[in-house]
Amino acid sequence: MELNEEQIERYSRQIILPEVGGEGQKKLLNASVLIVGCGGLGSPVSLYLASAGIGRIGLVDSDKVELNNLQRQIVHFTEDVGKPKVLSASKKLSAINPDVKIETYELRLTSENIMEIIKDYDIVVDGSDNFPTRYLVNDACVFTKKPFSHAGILRFYGQATTIIPFQGPCYRCIFSQPPPPGSVPSCQEAGIIGPVGGLLGVIQALEVIKFILGKGELLVGKLLVIDALKMDIRKVKIHRNPNCPVCGDNSTVKELIDYEEFCGLRR
Amino acid sequence: MKVKVRIPLPLQGLTKNQDEVECEGSNVRELFENLNKKYPGIKERIYDEKGNLRRFVNIFVNDEDIRFLNGEDTSLKDGDVVSIIPAIAGGKLWN
Repeated sequence: MELNEEQIERYSRQIILPEVGGEGQKKLLNASVLIVGCGGLGSPVSLYLASAGIGRIGLVDSDKVELNNLQRQIVHFTEDVGKPKVLSASKKLSAINPDVKIETYELRLTSENIMEIIKDYDIVVDGSDNFPTRYLVNDACVFTKKPFSHAGILRFYGQATTIIPFQGPCYRCIFSQPPPPGSVPSCQEAGIIGPVGGLLGVIQALEVIKFILGKGELLVGKLLVIDALKMDIRKVKIHRNPNCPVCGDNSTVKELIDYEEFCGLRR
Repeated sequence: MKVKVRIPLPLQGLTKNQDEVECEGSNVRELFENLNKKYPGIKERIYDEKGNLRRFVNIFVNDEDIRFLNGEDTSLKDGDVVSIIPAIAGGKLWN
């Protein structure tokens, strides 16, 4: 595949980078990325990855756009309220860059459907808003040795790491079990400031681009922790856990489980 | 040894809404004992009934996970920063 004139013009500001170049741009155009969640994280991730010319982007979200999403989910506009998020996002991404093939999955990922969906993608971005989906994405990616980018956001706080199964720690190596439910503050109660989703989502987009290009250092084995209220940005070291139930030496979880039950949400 | 302890959001209710507190201890175990005296109840939020660190919480001394240092016996020196980092997922957090 050769870049056409329009592509050379469109991507000229990144092709000029020694880390990208024509070869790197072709890698991006040949790459496929699955974005789980079209919300606070998925919005900036999808906008930047579409703009950068990722060849194929999959969008997963079962929700419809609500008015209270618009304060942070910048891929959705006021006129989209009530529409499926994947369709709202897909429309914007195609308008930015018609080069990109967008696949939409208006559903919630489950143990039954995830394997079929992730198999055709090079890397997964987890921008989901709940623990069952996070552990499901982790386990499915570990079982299929698929890299994924993790980020979590809350109030003015965010964390991110990049997981390359068996090369670095997986999410379960760090957090082997989810917090118990109960009196957990919900999204509405705890709150989130929009730009924190932007900040962490853009970090996820950067990690994906670096991974595809094979350049720079990824957040593998490092957890980035950001307190935006203090503008305190730190990296802490995280390690593979030899006793990890999914990627450890004697793993006990060999197939996908019921993640709602695992997270104590169904008894 | 005087250290700074970074308190995550779900525990800030116990520390009068402070996200960072000063406390003393020669190692991590002693630090949490002292912290619990200043802010009663904090220890049981970090440890389970069996006295093990809860599995959705990680403790770091500076930038290293204590599980890869000396665990709770990890010694502390003046000026160290101890961080308590829980799992978060889009607004649903450990309480």
